[in-house]
Amino acid sequence: MKTIKYGLTKTAPVFVSFLFIGIAFGAMMSGAGYSPLWTLAMSAIIYAGSMQIAMVPLLLAGASPLAMAAMTLAVNGRHLFYGLGLIEKFARYPLWQRIYMAFSLTDETFSILCSATYPDDVREAPADLCIAVCNQLYWVFGSMVGALLASGLPIDLTGIDFAATAFFTVVCVGQLKGAQNKNASYLGFLLAVAFLALLGDSFLLPALGVGTALLLIFKKVFLQEGAQHE
Amino acid sequence: MNNTAYLWGCILVVAIITFLERGLPFVLFARRDKNLPGWVTYLGRVLPCTIMAMLLVYCLKGGQGIHGLLQLVCVGLTGALQWWRGNTALSIGVGTLAYMILIRIF
Repeated sequence: MKTIKYGLTKTAPVFVSFLFIGIAFGAMMSGAGYSPLWTLAMSAIIYAGSMQIAMVPLLLAGASPLAMAAMTLAVNGRHLFYGLGLIEKFARYPLWQRIYMAFSLTDETFSILCSATYPDDVREAPADLCIAVCNQLYWVFGSMVGALLASGLPIDLTGIDFAATAFFTVVCVGQLKGAQNKNASYLGFLLAVAFLALLGDSFLLPALGVGTALLLIFKKVFLQEGAQHE
Repeated sequence: MNNTAYLWGCILVVAIITFLERGLPFVLFARRDKNLPGWVTYLGRVLPCTIMAMLLVYCLKGGQGIHGLLQLVCVGLTGALQWWRGNTALSIGVGTLAYMILIRIF
């Protein structure tokens, strides 16, 4: 169907990055002695790359679930803001889809959803679902490849995780080219760099909070005229 | 090896909190009728731009020394390619390949 083809096209870059980051995760789990079934459970039920990777050493050390809860709140806190930016879009889905889409809202899925344009013969809701499902399938697949192959890859793929950074760069460029909300993008860069300098590694959540507040207070600056269509 | 109950406990805790974080905005604001507050619609337009920019900086934050510089260079390369050619696969492919090669040289 057209929709599936559209979904596959849109998620192709994510296939590459989830494949390799997934393999890294699966290999870590395997190296730590966990059966591939645990890898499958984590990728299917948690579906959050950075947290899953962070969990491996924590699990090995027998860290308390409470510690994991605290880490999850911090590591995945940015996802709160993703939802905030997608409320209108999600409002058009049936309830069951809203639930799955919310569950599967990773950085990459969010990036594709907010930059997606749909051809005339593709309906938005099924297309979005396809995107979300494809991404999770890639992640589970990558994790299992890593878990089952363990350390067996003959080529050195160091640096391939740059594909995720490259993907985000492409999305940012697309947004800047759209020329409608450039100021919002500039704000993001400025605040991120400033907070990174001030707070170091844990800069993201405060930056997002302040950024959202500034966007709301200074609406005139950020929503430029002519940005009418959806 | 950790026991099964412990592992399931951890997986469920992380999964539930993650799902709650992702879903909370929708629980708070999503309605079936079309009357979403104006600021929600507005945020839907501008917030993704701000978030993506911050996410990109977030990806780059860990880069140390020469690798950090190379990451910036390759982001620039990827961005320039995307701006002028607009081909996503090309931009990501070339940028990633360039990075993988450069880190082996420097």
